[in-house]
Amino acid sequence: MTAYLLKRLLIGAATLVVASVVVFLMLEVVPGDPARVMLGMNASEAQVELLRDQMGLNQPLIVRYLDWARGLLSLDFGKSYTYSVPVIDLIRERIVVSFPLAVIALALSTLIAIPVGLFAAARRGRAGDTAAMAVAQIGVAMPNFWFALLLVYVFAVWLRLVPAGGFPGWGAGAWPALKALILPAVALALPQAAILARVTRAALVEVLGEDYIRTARAKGMPMRAVMWRHALRNAMIPVLTIMGLQFAFLLAGTIIIENVFYLPGLGRLVFQAITQRDLIVVESVVMLLVAAVVTVNLLVDLSYALVDPRLRTRQ
Amino acid sequence: MSSMAPGTPSTLGALAGRAFANRSFVIGLFITLVVAALALVSFFWTPFDVTRLIVADRMQPPSSAHWFGTDHFGRDVLSMIMIGSRNSIAVALVAVGIGMGIGVPLGCWAAARGGWIDEALMRFNDLIFAFPALLSAIMITAVFGPSAINAIIAIGIFNIPVFARVARAGALSIWPREYILAARAAGKGKARITIEHIIPNIANLLLVQGTIQFALGILAEAALSYVGLGTQPPMPSWGRMLFDAQTLMMVAPWLALFPGCAILLTVLGLNLLGDGISDIFDPRARRRP
Repeated sequence: MTAYLLKRLLIGAATLVVASVVVFLMLEVVPGDPARVMLGMNASEAQVELLRDQMGLNQPLIVRYLDWARGLLSLDFGKSYTYSVPVIDLIRERIVVSFPLAVIALALSTLIAIPVGLFAAARRGRAGDTAAMAVAQIGVAMPNFWFALLLVYVFAVWLRLVPAGGFPGWGAGAWPALKALILPAVALALPQAAILARVTRAALVEVLGEDYIRTARAKGMPMRAVMWRHALRNAMIPVLTIMGLQFAFLLAGTIIIENVFYLPGLGRLVFQAITQRDLIVVESVVMLLVAAVVTVNLLVDLSYALVDPRLRTRQ
Repeated sequence: MSSMAPGTPSTLGALAGRAFANRSFVIGLFITLVVAALALVSFFWTPFDVTRLIVADRMQPPSSAHWFGTDHFGRDVLSMIMIGSRNSIAVALVAVGIGMGIGVPLGCWAAARGGWIDEALMRFNDLIFAFPALLSAIMITAVFGPSAINAIIAIGIFNIPVFARVARAGALSIWPREYILAARAAGKGKARITIEHIIPNIANLLLVQGTIQFALGILAEAALSYVGLGTQPPMPSWGRMLFDAQTLMMVAPWLALFPGCAILLTVLGLNLLGDGISDIFDPRARRRP
């Protein structure tokens, strides 16, 4: 188990290194000189050259990469080209929107998917199962940003229960801020919940065919208890795997969804940075998101050992 | 995951019989064919000409003349959806082609060689998997400029590890079979065995994965076009239509309704088709109640 985790840790670290090289090189080939962008078209060639020197843009590629990578490790991402403030400040300002959004969405998706999966698996082949899985099939096919538009139309435009977009900030109180995150979280969560419910059902159906389930039933254990205590626990590995993968989808999804709801999160930041050619911001946010995905996948690997004691002792 | 169980007759007739008894397959095939037909028809005929802007007809609600209404330029929404389907299908199809064309040979190679080549290829796969695909697609299109071509490349790159993984897993389950041993005894090389025996036996797995990636490609293209990084106007695309509809939602909600339904239906059809194909080829499916 330790060897396994060590291997996963190494792979995670290698992923981050390769990701940083790819991200760095990719943005290196982008046309447009950041110094020229910062100074505007009227600046003289000498001024641009001076700024390039100050920003370290005239250093060799490898030196610039190492500088940047060293900065990443100490969370010093450098200064934004357009705002002239440290990138970490921009990220800190925006992450308080994106992170709660992704977490609420993941929680919602799990809270919906696991009971639906249990419900369908317990009634497999019957009407309840067929209906639940038909709805899930539609949920899987639903583009989340379109679902978001429909939610806005019904709950913001028509019923006027929640705001159609924007974010008042956490300073305005927890409730108004949460209210602004409800629709985006639901829009993100439901399509993911549909996928997760299908996986949960499939994993449960597989487990329910096992001998120990029949034994548990034969000794008189009620079906409900068998489902929760034996079946769900044994079905957790594929469910956890998909949840880990979904976190990456949710992060990418927030980028799109934040644009639907005009939320000032990391996604909006990336888009603005892309249009303003503020490459250092783009690089930093992308690396941050990749690091988040790698971390979550490591946690998923760890959690396997928690749900399945057999994995703890396996060599 | 295995192909036919021993002793199961797998003639084309039996397969077709099972296919048309499978509800998912029939519904999925029907929807997919309708969408494909609409896309093909749009090359020759659409109800209205979408390149002509008729301001007098702008934002008409659905009527007998304009089934799905008209947009803010007076263009017929049904005609735009028909033309937009070409884009969605072309982008997703080529992206699947890239993924299969590169991923399947890689996966088969890894399975045939084993050892460090296998290990290296699979670790490389894990690397690509760690990138949130849509995020990377956004970055690629942002760096190289927004266009349908760049959207195809961005989506296609992330299809490669998916197909490599499926092909490798499938191939690894076929290699220990007796008929492969027989083929090797007959002096066939690894490449020839892969082409003649392995690929035909994993074709069903690849087909199922193909429909799934096709569906995901359509969703991804729509998302990219929605944020302005995919297909560029004036070429109609489903994602772009939804973006335009967003600001007009108070006055013309139908503009947001129909393009979304088109995406939903297409993706649903492909997913059902994939489920159906998977059931037909997986003998275990018949044991399931």
